Formats: sequence, C-alpha cells, structure tokens
Amino acid sequence: MLRRRVIPCLDVAAGRVVKGTRFVDLVDEGDPPELAARYAAEGADELVFLDITASVESRSTLLEIVERTARTSFIPLTVGGGVRSADEMRAVLRAGADKVSLNTAAVADPQLIAACARTFGSQAVVVAIDARRLVDRGAWEVVVKGGREPTGLDAVEWARRAVELGAGELLVTSMDRDGTRSGFDTELLRSITSVVRVPVIASGGAAGPDDFVAAVRDGGADAVLAASIFHRRLHSIADVKRAMAAAGLPVRATQGVAA
Amino acid sequence: MSAPAGAHRTAERADGVFEGSTGLRVAVVDYGAGNLVSIEQALTTVGARVAIARDGDVLADADALVVPGVGAAAPAMERLTTAGLVDPIRRWIATGRPFLGICLGLQLLFEASDEDGAETLGVLRGRATKLADAPTLPHIGWNQVDRRREHSIFTGIAPGADFYFVHSYAGRPEGVTGEAAILAETRHGSPFVSAVARENVLGVQFHPERSGGDGLRLLANFARWATALAAGRGAEYSPVGAGGTSGGD
Repeated sequence: MLRRRVIPCLDVAAGRVVKGTRFVDLVDEGDPPELAARYAAEGADELVFLDITASVESRSTLLEIVERTARTSFIPLTVGGGVRSADEMRAVLRAGADKVSLNTAAVADPQLIAACARTFGSQAVVVAIDARRLVDRGAWEVVVKGGREPTGLDAVEWARRAVELGAGELLVTSMDRDGTRSGFDTELLRSITSVVRVPVIASGGAAGPDDFVAAVRDGGADAVLAASIFHRRLHSIADVKRAMAAAGLPVRATQGVAA
Repeated sequence: MSAPAGAHRTAERADGVFEGSTGLRVAVVDYGAGNLVSIEQALTTVGARVAIARDGDVLADADALVVPGVGAAAPAMERLTTAGLVDPIRRWIATGRPFLGICLGLQLLFEASDEDGAETLGVLRGRATKLADAPTLPHIGWNQVDRRREHSIFTGIAPGADFYFVHSYAGRPEGVTGEAAILAETRHGSPFVSAVARENVLGVQFHPERSGGDGLRLLANFARWATALAAGRGAEYSPVGAGGTSGGD
C-alpha cells in the first residue's frame, strides 16, 4: 500500500537554510546538505528545497547544494524557486533533483507547465500553490512572488487548471498558517484534493504530530510537509510517523540510510 | 547529443570514461532529461565505476549496462535512436550481458507503450499500460514490493520492503515467457509488475537510487550478480577487479 509521506522542507537563501513566519522574518537554520542528511537518516520520505530568494546569483549556489545533497542523501529531492523555463528545469534535474516545483512563473505563463511536462514527464512537474484565505468567504486566492503579490486567481480553480496542463503533483501552502504552528488549513486541502487526482502535499502550519494526521485524514493530503518543527527539533520525523501509524495511516518505517 | 546549456559542471564528470582500476564498470545510458547524479552516486557508493553513455562507444569497455529514465516512451526512444544506442542496447542484451532497466528503462524493454503508442525495444513480450484503478496518479511515493519468487538482487532485503516509485505506466508482460519473467508486484489500485528478471535482464519499476538503505542494498546485489554473470562468460569478457574474479572460475 502506498505510504503517506513526511517531507521536511528546506527554504534556502544565500546557501543557508532559513525559516520565516508568513514568508518573512527569516532565521538561519543551518547548512542545507547537512540538514538533508540528518533528515534522510531520521526517516524522511522525501526532501523539498525551495530557493526563496530565487535570484540569478543564487542559482549556481542552489545547483551546488542540490548536487551535494543528491550525493549524500538517497531519497527523492524536489527543488523549487525561480524556475522560469524548461531549460532551467533541465539544469536543476541534471544537478540531481527528481522533481521541480513551479510557482510564480507558472501563474504568469501556465503553458510553462505543459512545456515542462512534455519534456520531462508529468511526474517531474510539481506546481506549488501559495494560497491566502479570503476574509468571510470559503475561498482562497493564489499569491505569488513569495506571498508579496495577490493574483486574483481562485486557488481551487488554479489547482484544477494546473493538473489539466500536466502537473503531476501539487504542493499546497496556506500562507495564513505558514510558520505559525496553528495547524494545516484542512478546508483548503480538502477543497483541492476533492477535485484533482494527482497527489497533494500539504504545507503551512504544522505544530505537532496530530496536525499531520489531520492533513491526511481531513484534508485528503497524500504527503505532509513541514519545516520549523523539524529544524528546531520540536518533533522528530519518528514522532510524526508514530502518530500517523497510530491513527491507522500507512507510513514507511523510519530507518537509517547508509550513505 | 549535445549537453544542454546550463548543465551543471560536475554532472559531466563521469562522461564516457571509466576512472580507476577496480570495481565493476557500469555504463549508464543518458538520454538527456532526468537526474543521473543519484544513480551515478548510488552505484559508486556500492563500489562500481560509472561512465555515462551518450553513444554506443562506452559500451565496449563496460561490464554492465543500466538504462534509467523517467518521462514518456516516445521521446526516450527518439533520443536513443538519435544517439545510435538502440541497436547496441539490443545487442548487449542478446549477447547475455548484465542489464538493469530502471523505471522507464524497464518499460522500454517491452514491445510498445500505451502512453504514446511508441514502439519500444521488444526484449520482453507485452506492453506498458496505465496503472489500473489507481486512487492517485501519478503513483508517487514509497510502496511495498512483494516478491513472487526469490532472486539474488533481494538478498538481505525484507519481503515486502518499501521502495520509491514515481510513474503512471508499468510494463505488463504477456505470454508464458513474459509471465515467467515477473519477479515482484506492487499494489496501487490493481497490482502491477514492479520487478522482472529473465536470465541477464533485470528491470525495476521503482528507483533503487532513491530508496534509501534498501535501494543501495539492491544495487550492491546487482553489482555482485553482474560481476558473477560477467565472470561466467570467460576471458572474452571479464570485469577488471570486482572481487578479483577476472578470467572466471
């Protein structure tokens, strides 16, 4: 049976892992490949790297980090942040990423999703959706550029469209919950998982193991991503998986990875 | 085939040449799209020497051949054809040398793919078909590999161990010989074939290079199996180093 995945997320800026709250107030959390190796050894099912500065200068630093990580951690790696073309995606894949996540550039040019899926296959194309709840309405708006720019797009509609265009997986982040440790936005997740067939990764708001259970059980998520609670050792991956297993969710046993 | 602009510096390191003097020489076929760093690193970690094959030349010096790959069958076959690799791969397999297909590299062993109607290598009878009754598609994540029979590539790996998958299609063997090649199955919706083995040909639908400790164990087993197979072929074709078995027993 397919396991529900637990995915530590490493936000990278200037070659370091950082973590903010609601996408700002960044704090240094360590060396990316070192943290990646720690998580792989602790039983992470996959890793996500997001280049949150996504500047031209940071690109070569990121590729180096991706390659160092791919050479030390034998688990899947998704990389996102600032990928604007199929050629840029190719460079990231060749550095050792298995999947690339598209965000702002896909909103600006949805055909980018189709072009990347055609060239590399849907399974390599993750579309990341940052969503903000609209006050007094059961709806969410897509925001881009690291949360700085609202788009007017409905998040559920955009999710459906992205999958039609060839996205093989969605990474759905609640901007309202990001870094707040107030739990995942399970309504947002359920709204999306009930209209798409591709796997959905829940992100934004993890506080403790019970939130991971809720993201899967109530939100319908296939995988759950978190950053600060793992970086700061508030909870281990093993804690989270124990809680998921106790709730009857299928998880992969945490075991060491001989690198 | 030219290296794409922006290709990362060290990803080209193993290009076409086997370095060092000991260890099984594994040629890994590159057809331009996916992540080769992981497979190169994983094989190196288990003691093999790796050269990336972008044309047929590298195969002359190799002891074992690995065809990895993700994505669709038609563009992959096109790239293999352009690189002049289709006939060398068929010949490699026909002459009994150790072969491992990973993910798309396994699907290409069959006669055709339903994904885009591509005609593929035709080493095994059957075709790649879309996963039936799958609750999510693509099938992404860790899932159990249930062995139908034993094989030395599973030595030291628990029955039903989890491996990492990322795909929407899988090879469906046909006929008596196709059926006999089935090594393991995995369930996502209906069960599908997740590993095959027939004589010198191995194929896995999952990614051992991304499957943690058990993945590395499987690749180490593959290297041992390939070394023994190559050694058994005698002086005409013997691995250098790799346990000092050159020349065969």
